[in-house]
Amino acid sequence: MRPILLIDFGSTYTKVTAVDVENAKLLGSAAAYTTVQTDVNDGLANAVTRLEEQTGKLDFAERYACSSAAGGLRMIASGLVPELTAEAAKCASLGAGAKVVKTYSFELTEDDAAEILAAKPDIFLLVGGTDGGNKACILNNAHVLAEAGGSFPIVIAGNRNAARECERILAGREVYVCENVMPKFGTLNIEPAQQRIRDIFLNRIVRAKGLTKASELISGILMPTPSAFLAAMRLLADGTKAQSGIGELIAVDVGGATTDVYSIADGMPDHPGTILKGLPEPYVKRTVEGDVGMRYSIHGIVDAAGLDTVAAISGLAAERVKELVDFLGTHTDTLPNTPELETLDEALAGCAIRTAVTRHAGRIEETYTMMGLAYAQTGKNLMNVERLVVTGGSLIHTKNTGKIASYALYDPKDTASLKPRKAELLVDRKYILAAMGLLSEHYPEAALTIMKEELENDGLAE
Amino acid sequence: MSNQKKLVIGVIGADVHAVGNKILYHAFTDAGFEVINLGVMVSQEEYIAAAIESNADAIVVSSLYGQGELDCRGMREKCDEAGLEGILLYVGGNIVIGKQPFDEVEKRFKAMGFNRAFPPGTPPETTIEALKEDLHVEG
Repeated sequence: MRPILLIDFGSTYTKVTAVDVENAKLLGSAAAYTTVQTDVNDGLANAVTRLEEQTGKLDFAERYACSSAAGGLRMIASGLVPELTAEAAKCASLGAGAKVVKTYSFELTEDDAAEILAAKPDIFLLVGGTDGGNKACILNNAHVLAEAGGSFPIVIAGNRNAARECERILAGREVYVCENVMPKFGTLNIEPAQQRIRDIFLNRIVRAKGLTKASELISGILMPTPSAFLAAMRLLADGTKAQSGIGELIAVDVGGATTDVYSIADGMPDHPGTILKGLPEPYVKRTVEGDVGMRYSIHGIVDAAGLDTVAAISGLAAERVKELVDFLGTHTDTLPNTPELETLDEALAGCAIRTAVTRHAGRIEETYTMMGLAYAQTGKNLMNVERLVVTGGSLIHTKNTGKIASYALYDPKDTASLKPRKAELLVDRKYILAAMGLLSEHYPEAALTIMKEELENDGLAE
Repeated sequence: MSNQKKLVIGVIGADVHAVGNKILYHAFTDAGFEVINLGVMVSQEEYIAAAIESNADAIVVSSLYGQGELDCRGMREKCDEAGLEGILLYVGGNIVIGKQPFDEVEKRFKAMGFNRAFPPGTPPETTIEALKEDLHVEG
């Protein structure tokens, strides 16, 4: 046996997972309150004590951690046109596991500068213009950032013909120049910027967030938690050289404050004649709905779905739903411990999934032309994706996971939305996915075997 | 390379005529332009967004299905609004319905803010010559 400890420092909980990499087995998992204010090691020690109550004393050979503590990796991005470089910048940041506080387009103003300074981002991603294209916007924004001050690092990933000048304008600041996120019109190149963001996270932010005390004990804080989750999903879908993956998938993580959706799928149209519109979509895509969450963002779920819809699904009266939602929004640690709250939480989770997956998935538009019917697709076509991975308290601690998860599927009332027709449901009952992403850095085979073993197959959602 | 002129091209509106668009792409590229081809079914906003990001010198709009006059209306104003004041705007193809005297059609498109309008059957060479003249390209 070769036990390895995987740690997820969350804002509220520190979760630990122990695996035996030699036999590719999950040994156990536990959680305890995070203690960033005092010493993260206290929370970690408590969690390990609880873990070892289940597994017996373990002599860990290696320890790895991911972190979303202290707000996670908070980023602000700026680009030029909202649907083009600004969108590419947002896409790059989300894919690097960041929480995107705000994305600006066009030229930053003095007011924006004040807002950025007040938001205290961990990293600023400055982009705009294709290579050889518009320079004015990114140069202006570099000037605004230089005048605004602050000490956050700035990653420049815009028009290469303006990059060095931006660097000079920002002299004295921590600045990194990398390849353009959109070098040519319609070409997305987000990996170099993401790699840079990850390096900065490792070298600088882990320290700033008071996690160094813990990092002396552990072999490395490898990545922000969403990035670990994304690594796990990519491994599960694609597999390794020795072991096949399960194929294209969608994963949904319904949290208290946000709902994250991941898709590992090429998303190309069904019909070869379909015209593709908008930015090309990355094969590995993450979106975050900051207004959709089970407690802190509970009002966003109701705003998006409509009070009547939530009432109809839950079978509760609209006035009662409103009362309970107001209560849960302020008493965020309330568990669904009455039958009434349980049905309401199920309805809310279903609506959260529907809203988040609909926003993540692409859309198809039918247009009548002189040449007949034409189809134009924007975003990813996920209709043929046949696996749906779900996690988050509201989906794990219920017997009705299948019913709730089915809200991720194709909706006959919204035929333009390209969501899966039907999908096999995989449930992360033991909350191991971020840990498996961490493990996959050094032990991809073990991580994949454990995921295939531990993800509970909950049948077909139709 | 830096003085290579940049064109944004595409077929406007609910128009799926793809062949002429491909021919223009190759002809313009061979003539030494950097061409950003948006393909078919392009909206005014898409031309403008592409021209902003790439700092294009001209937008060349094609229309083959007769609805060009409707599709092109307000495009110059939108360019101005988006900060593309003075960008060269061309339109060409079967840009109106039926057989109308082209000088009248041209007048209408010029009044809409297009710098040039080309009648059906214009060879790419004619447009290339006009582009070179308007963008002050040697040779």
